[in-house]
Amino acid sequence: MDHRPQHWGRPRDDVYGAYDASYMRPNGPTTHTQSPVVTGTSVVALKFKDGVVIAADNLASYGSLARFPDVKRLRTFAGTSVVGFGGDVSDMQYLDRHLQELAIDENYTSEKGHTLNARNLHKYLANLLYHRRSKFDPLWNHLLVAGLDEDDKPFLAAADLLGTTFTSPSLATGYGEMLAQPIMRRYAKDEEAAAQLTRDQAVDIVKECMKVLFYRDARSLDTYSIAVVTKQGIDLKEDVKLENQSWAFADRIKGYGTQTV
Amino acid sequence: MFRNNYDNDSVTFSPQGRIFQVEYAGEAVKQGSVVVGITSKTHAVLVAIKRNAEELSSYQKKLFAVDEHLGLAIAGLTSDARVLSNFMKQQCLSQRLTYDRALPVETLVSLIGEKAQLNTQHYGKRPYGVGLLVAGVDETGPHLFEFQPSGMTQEMVACAIGARSQMARTYLEKNADKFPDCGREELIKHGLRALKETLVQDRELTVENTSVGVVGLKEAGKRGIDFFKVHDGAEVKDWINSVGDDAEAAGETAEGEGMQVDE
Repeated sequence: MDHRPQHWGRPRDDVYGAYDASYMRPNGPTTHTQSPVVTGTSVVALKFKDGVVIAADNLASYGSLARFPDVKRLRTFAGTSVVGFGGDVSDMQYLDRHLQELAIDENYTSEKGHTLNARNLHKYLANLLYHRRSKFDPLWNHLLVAGLDEDDKPFLAAADLLGTTFTSPSLATGYGEMLAQPIMRRYAKDEEAAAQLTRDQAVDIVKECMKVLFYRDARSLDTYSIAVVTKQGIDLKEDVKLENQSWAFADRIKGYGTQTV
Repeated sequence: MFRNNYDNDSVTFSPQGRIFQVEYAGEAVKQGSVVVGITSKTHAVLVAIKRNAEELSSYQKKLFAVDEHLGLAIAGLTSDARVLSNFMKQQCLSQRLTYDRALPVETLVSLIGEKAQLNTQHYGKRPYGVGLLVAGVDETGPHLFEFQPSGMTQEMVACAIGARSQMARTYLEKNADKFPDCGREELIKHGLRALKETLVQDRELTVENTSVGVVGLKEAGKRGIDFFKVHDGAEVKDWINSVGDDAEAAGETAEGEGMQVDE
């Protein structure tokens, strides 16, 4: 009798040779999302006097391939906030489903119309992202949350895949951090300056940023979504075309691709 | 001989459709000393009579602050109330941690309602032997909720539970139409007068046996709140004096006068 339980039910080593237990081990460590696959590029957002403007183009890239040119990356929450998603698109879709559920639950638990405002939503998303990075299974997104806080003041904040939070009168993710943020800061260097901006001014600035991003970001598209969040609600347009493009600067660019001179 | 066969557990209905264990738990609430709660458009107030087990002991706490925006008053088994109060504190804290907001009063009350109801449907469990008045302010304004061991919860304009609370309820019903427009001080005085109604002969409100808890909006229509605070001892002296016997007569004629009254 073999008294070692780990040997029971297995072919005897002395008859069949050493037992190959490799099939029981998973091959390699547990893997989670180690890098994003289908991605969205920048989201830009700017506060103004009585709300926030937020925009993102409608492209989901597969690496450098412009794979899906009709993906809406601005999602509304409870008719009062907008979340803009940069980064992995499947994680965005997961978060979107999750937020839908959250909004429904919130409606059920309270008859009096308590809703999560943009600040509550941002805190929740930042916690969720931090929780997932702590499990070494991050949601590969950089989010901007736009809306109003409990005092109906404009609210804008970012949360990234590590759960890092950041807030400022103007915010951008991805390439927009380098290209759009400096433009927006010219008009809204601090909260006071942002509080002077009118809705039209803010929309124009953001549209200008989208144009610059299309010129210089190779993963961007000329069709984009733009939303304006105010006390009156959300004005979301999902198929806006870039206007007044001028590529005159293009032939002065040197140093890329095949050039004869 | 005539033993009740249907009161051994909380899962068995009597043939009349009653669950005796739950009703007995309701009796425990009626044994507790009285607590009164009132709301106005701007404030929610809890007042309570504390009891001491013996002459040399301290008075048992009746009001608990749960969070900045919310507190509760208890009638019944204090130890059961502490379990519920701790649960409520946890829920409020976790809401602040995950959403950075004050938990809506209605949501919290429905949570303890569900918790208490479970105890009335499982063999080997017993209902909480305590009734609560939960007063708080959230984004929709001040609220007062009543909670019973059965798991029943309901929103009230004003409410009293505990020993001889019927007397207080009568007072509240008689004056209910005045409450909505009362200020903080007026509301507290109404609470204390309701409390006085329940007192037996030759007992009175003293600084030792009276507790007052208040929470309210800083300004009507604005967001800012004055946090829930329990007032005990010397802090309630002026309020008690203001509803003293001689002050009562004066108070009827000159409503809303200064609360300091000479003795």
